[in-house]
Amino acid sequence: MSENHQHLTNEQVKDIDENIAWAKINNDVLNSMKNPRKGYWVALVLSALLFGVMIYAEVYQYRNGMGETLLNTSHMWDLYISSFVFWIGMSHSGTLLSAILHLVHADWRKPIYRFAEAMTTFSLLTAGLFPVIHLGRVWNFYWVMPYMSDRGIWPNFRSPLIWDAFAITSYLTSSVLFLYIGMIPDLAICRDNTTGWRKTLYTFLSLGWRGDDRQWRHFRFTYLMIACFLIPLAVSVHSIVSMDFAMAIMPGWHVTTFPPYFVAGALYSGCAAIITLFVLLRYFFKFEEYMTMPILDKVCKLTFVIAMVWTYLNLIEFSAVWYGHDIPSKEVLIAKATGPYSIFFWGMMFFGSVLPFSLLSKAVRRNMKIMFFISIFLNVGMFLERWMIVTPTLSMGYHPQGFNVMWPGWVEWAMVGGSFGWFGLLFLVFVKVFPCVSMYEVKEMVYHRKRTTYADVDEMMELHSGVPGPEAQTQQSGGA
Amino acid sequence: MSGPAKTIQPKTKRVLGLFGDFDQAFEVIADIRHYKVPGITVEDVTLKSPIEHPEIEEVLGERTCHIPKWSFAGGAFGFCFGFFFLASAQANFLAQPQGGKPIITIPSNIVLAYEMLILFGVLVTLTGFILGARLMRKPSGLYDTAISIDQIGIVIEVGDDEFQPLKDVFTKHNVIEVHEEALT
Repeated sequence: MSENHQHLTNEQVKDIDENIAWAKINNDVLNSMKNPRKGYWVALVLSALLFGVMIYAEVYQYRNGMGETLLNTSHMWDLYISSFVFWIGMSHSGTLLSAILHLVHADWRKPIYRFAEAMTTFSLLTAGLFPVIHLGRVWNFYWVMPYMSDRGIWPNFRSPLIWDAFAITSYLTSSVLFLYIGMIPDLAICRDNTTGWRKTLYTFLSLGWRGDDRQWRHFRFTYLMIACFLIPLAVSVHSIVSMDFAMAIMPGWHVTTFPPYFVAGALYSGCAAIITLFVLLRYFFKFEEYMTMPILDKVCKLTFVIAMVWTYLNLIEFSAVWYGHDIPSKEVLIAKATGPYSIFFWGMMFFGSVLPFSLLSKAVRRNMKIMFFISIFLNVGMFLERWMIVTPTLSMGYHPQGFNVMWPGWVEWAMVGGSFGWFGLLFLVFVKVFPCVSMYEVKEMVYHRKRTTYADVDEMMELHSGVPGPEAQTQQSGGA
Repeated sequence: MSGPAKTIQPKTKRVLGLFGDFDQAFEVIADIRHYKVPGITVEDVTLKSPIEHPEIEEVLGERTCHIPKWSFAGGAFGFCFGFFFLASAQANFLAQPQGGKPIITIPSNIVLAYEMLILFGVLVTLTGFILGARLMRKPSGLYDTAISIDQIGIVIEVGDDEFQPLKDVFTKHNVIEVHEEALT
């Protein structure tokens, strides 16, 4: 081993210390739900204030009409649809960390996947606000659901907006169930170690889990099957969201690469959000032993790879427009880069494609404070991306009489800011009531890693029962 | 693997032995597999643990799990239901302003049926899980909260004559605690 490696501590090298006692894992996580640092309460109050701003803006919009948003005929949806796409994208983090990494047996995901799954659920709940807010008449919220002809309105099943309703409802239902099923063994731990209303809640939610081999066996298969369902679902959800644009014959939107471009953008913003919440939760709940530097390092590398995929798809889109000889599309692209929105376009390019190169530096990847700010800027880039998809095209459609530059009013910005408050409020309440580190999976991780350093269980069985274990049998037959 | 014929005895007790780690619990199971407790076979053993051991099937033997069948059934039902439900709704619209396009549009219905495939696949898988894992039932009283922390439990239903030999095997392998309850 080189000298460089010799001075590295366990904290810097290992995803987790395999000598953590299982009882300590339970205690640390259960205590985190009772005694977070003061920063948690500050974040909670900030989120509540932001959400209050959103409520105020909604009441204002309700009383004074949609005109207060400054939306007009050309710009019929602006920041509302951008925010909707942004939050749907954010929701892909849970699927990536939980389902995809579960299938490829990346066990470093185990201490951090729970909050990523929670992020998925709450991002979807946040995204769902925007179509309702955009309706204006919020009391008609059920109009966004394509149920049949009670109102004498025939849902147009050829419209991607209808597909959205189906896909997002399926995604929300499935991701809530995925989050819940993965939590059942932990809810049983909470049930066994709490009193009062918490015990009542956990007893109800743990469904009588006792850790039987039958329960574990069914649990393993269920988790695997739902993970398999969730991955194509997540891909289809953001593909369908992209079709809201791609199937409209508008310059800059009618692009074949939109579905993969949107999916890559979704995974990208989800990964960046995981880094932000990783840093916050590690601090709030004193999870230094579970949310370790090597795990952050891996998430950063994953983010970099996805950022490059997103950049590549972005360039493909530009090339297709540039060489496609569709003049209006080309003009929209030029207007994006040189027109009134150009600062935001170049901001998107910088934050989305240039800033990720900083993740190539190990010193940056392992600096919590720097990573916190970088992850926020990456998501600023992703928000700008969604805004730059929507607004420049709407300001320069096919009809010159409809050309106009529109800047969102304070009501729209308040809704966008408030959505972060709503998300933060839901998320922070969740992590206070439910364990945000999966106790049983961390135990599994610790157990597996410890086993690799000791003699195999087969050898122990052979020693005590006289029957060679499978590995020993393989070796014997191979030797013969 | 053949062994001595299992003596059928009325089961009168349910016994829970708690062990400090998987190795000790597996040694007990190995002894049971080698018929060191007359009348009890490995099929009678229920293992309770804070995590699922990766090689549990090598120790307990393969046990059935029908979750993939539930998932398949749910997915297949969801796809068919999604497609035909939408198609029947489309076909029954009182007005058909389709602009010359087909009333039942296969490409868009396939997209929606795909979403229903996944939704019902997940819902039915969950149903299979609750039924198969015997959740939401009144559990037996024999449980120790240490199982959710770091101890491994072995639960076996025994007859009066089988109890003492089982307890001896438990003791031989450093059982921490033994709980018992009468079967009614």
